Amino acid sequence: MARVTRRTVIQGALGAAGSSLLPWNAHAQGKRGGVLMVAADSEPAHWNGAIVASNGVFFVSSKVLETLADQAFGGTGIKPLLATAWTPAADGKSLTFQLRSGVKWHDGRDFTSADVAFSAMEVWKKLQNLGRIVFKDLEAVETPNATTAVFRFSKPIPSQLIVNALPAVSTVIPKHLYEGTDIAANPANLKPVGTGPYIFAEQKRGEFTRLERNPNYWAPNQPLVDRILYRVMADKGAIAAAHESGDIHLSCFSAVSTPDALRLGKVKGLQVSTKGYEGILYTATVEINHRTKQLADLRVRKAIRHAIDARLLLDTVFNGFGAIATGPVPATGAPFYTTDVPQYAFDPLRAEALLDEAGFRRGADGNRFALRILPAPFFEQTRLTGDYLRQALRRIGIDAQIQTNDTPGHFAKVYKDHQFDLAIAALVYRNDPAISTTVLYRSGTPAGIPFANQYGYADPEMDKLIDQAASEINGQERIKLYVAFQKKVMTDLPILPLIDFPFLSVVSEKVVDHHNTPRWPVSSWPDVGLA
Amino acid sequence: MSVSPDRGRRAAGAVAGRAFVLIRRRLAQALPIIVLVLVGNFVLMKLAPGDAVDAYFASIGGGDAGVIAQLRAEYGLDQSALAQLGLYLWKTAQLDLGKSLLHGQPVLTLILERMPNTLLLMLSGVSLAFGLGVILGVAAARRAGTPADTAIVTLGLIIYATPGFWLGLMLIVVFAVKLAWLPVSGIETIASQMTGFERVLDIARHLVLPTVSLALVYVAIYMRLMRAGMLEVYGLDFVRTARAKGLTADRIDFRHVLPNALLPMVTMLGLQFGTLLGGSVVIESVFSIPGIGRLAFESVVNRDLNTLLGIVFMSALLVIAVNLIVDLLYAHLDPRIESA
Repeated sequence: MARVTRRTVIQGALGAAGSSLLPWNAHAQGKRGGVLMVAADSEPAHWNGAIVASNGVFFVSSKVLETLADQAFGGTGIKPLLATAWTPAADGKSLTFQLRSGVKWHDGRDFTSADVAFSAMEVWKKLQNLGRIVFKDLEAVETPNATTAVFRFSKPIPSQLIVNALPAVSTVIPKHLYEGTDIAANPANLKPVGTGPYIFAEQKRGEFTRLERNPNYWAPNQPLVDRILYRVMADKGAIAAAHESGDIHLSCFSAVSTPDALRLGKVKGLQVSTKGYEGILYTATVEINHRTKQLADLRVRKAIRHAIDARLLLDTVFNGFGAIATGPVPATGAPFYTTDVPQYAFDPLRAEALLDEAGFRRGADGNRFALRILPAPFFEQTRLTGDYLRQALRRIGIDAQIQTNDTPGHFAKVYKDHQFDLAIAALVYRNDPAISTTVLYRSGTPAGIPFANQYGYADPEMDKLIDQAASEINGQERIKLYVAFQKKVMTDLPILPLIDFPFLSVVSEKVVDHHNTPRWPVSSWPDVGLA
Repeated sequence: MSVSPDRGRRAAGAVAGRAFVLIRRRLAQALPIIVLVLVGNFVLMKLAPGDAVDAYFASIGGGDAGVIAQLRAEYGLDQSALAQLGLYLWKTAQLDLGKSLLHGQPVLTLILERMPNTLLLMLSGVSLAFGLGVILGVAAARRAGTPADTAIVTLGLIIYATPGFWLGLMLIVVFAVKLAWLPVSGIETIASQMTGFERVLDIARHLVLPTVSLALVYVAIYMRLMRAGMLEVYGLDFVRTARAKGLTADRIDFRHVLPNALLPMVTMLGLQFGTLLGGSVVIESVFSIPGIGRLAFESVVNRDLNTLLGIVFMSALLVIAVNLIVDLLYAHLDPRIESA
């Protein structure tokens, strides 16, 4: 297949998800054997994805520890993994999972419903960063037989939410290794034992992590490669060089800088794409501190949105990789996504008029008032968006100053101490608005919780909408409530979603059957092969 | 006139005695230095906004109030800064460096795992810089004022002005990517199961580019010091005497001038040791070498206090030890210098 151009790449990533025209060489068949070399730019403290549901952990752990289900292109968007089917009860108070039979843990023990019950009750509900929210009303998990697990909730829960959350929150760990131990300190967290296509072999911190093929994997003839080696590489330039020399086959999550990625895309034998991130899109967002008197005024927030040329931002800062956000749910967020929301065109004159109307006229020095912008330091995109916003605001007479911090400093200032006016964040959409999106708008979050409403925005109508949707068990009604939620967000503009952006992967053409699910880098890679 | 054996023994005894006094005095000074360094670094980290728990939840994408408070209590971050410092110093006094919040492993294990890589890189880097510095410095001094001298000095300056990371990346691009002579990164071929001589050779191949990058940055300093030292000694009376005696230029340069010009180089070597530990952050990152420099950097950006203070503690010990050795070396190079 011809080399992927940037345009086809973008269509692949953000156009019709599930299209059969995959931009990768997806139909070549990989042969058995080989070592897949992967660049890893960070190393989490441990690999227990049941405790820490994060992309950094899943990048390695999802090949070893499996979830009940994963995201897929087409169909309902969810495909079975350790669970083969799920049925909600009519009253919304229980959800029954049929589990795959004949699955064995890497140490030879049988995988059963007891493992699922243990993981859900002891780990997801009690310890997991996302599970504590999703499973907060989970009361018990019954196990009538080895392949059935019935989740019982204390009140009606939308099964739609639970199912949509499964890819991120349902990592199953073996009960026989964890029961009766301090789960957070269990040695198996550093050397996980799972049911996945690859067995965790060894880790040398700061150097590499080695996974070996699981010869007893439940899916016939999978996996294909003998070994996956994750090589820890801290420097983006070094990762780009390693791609060119052929030392590594794959890097994900924009482990090389965008200019390097564009250059590598032209190197023979390498491909660059944004496909495979549809389920884990980030939204570059302007976070707004409503405690700042000017920003509490809706006209000022509208003016700021009108001052931003999202098209220019997308083309320059994001190099065209991404799409202009129309609201809090990205266009790939079917079935919730709606375009029927107020939109704000780039219009500096309108912005200035709104500011005048709000009573903030230009002073003698041409400035109306000053604001601090704190860009999140961990993404190239958020830092550059901060620079762009500063220029855009200066044009309409807002004297904006950038304040740079390192990661913990940024967190303390924005989410704990609220010492900011505007901040630039990259907020992830996780397949259902109730998982990590509505928390950005619901009032009542205590200070210190990151990626939540620390903005001083409180609106009873918004809170009511969010709470209703969180307990609506009818899927269609729930979708309607989230459509109303999106409208409300774009009417009130508590924060400003600007660009939905995927990450970039760089892959050697030797690799086949990759980036074929919507959250591929953090999926289990049973079919990836080396040609 | 011959020296009696008895007198020689007494002189040797006096030298050994002086060395012993020096070592004892240095050890007494070391304790307050280490405490000061630890307290200073602790205060600096506490002054920076945010703590390890903030960094952790940033990396995993957030969590709820319960887990955040629980983790802060577990790490002892809910106590007062003074209580934390006191506890840390007390534990360090018992040689317990604690556990890394970022890596979930004992700090001592982490440091001992990575120290050999950094030491290997440092020693080879410094040796190369020192060796090249001596050769180039002597060559320049012997031709002082000629175009050859100017060329050497200018080249040294250009390399000195080049950022280490850029130099490293360019070396990678040329020698690893384009020519494919040497490996791109890492300290050895990963998961290769090599042993014995084969493994030594493999590590040596991996060390070439990082060593050269590290050395090139410092070579200019040594070269200039060497050149200046040589020129200074040339003007001294004993050199004139040697010349008057009719000794050859080579014999004067290498037997009489060079050893006397080495003294400032040794001073620099001692001083450099401390900075090399920090300077290797860049080289370790660019070449993906798991060493102390990178560990320290990651500890700072993640507010992993235990690991950072552990590294600072070990580095302080190392620098104190190296300085002691340098001082003993002084006494050997120039007996007029006594334990200062």
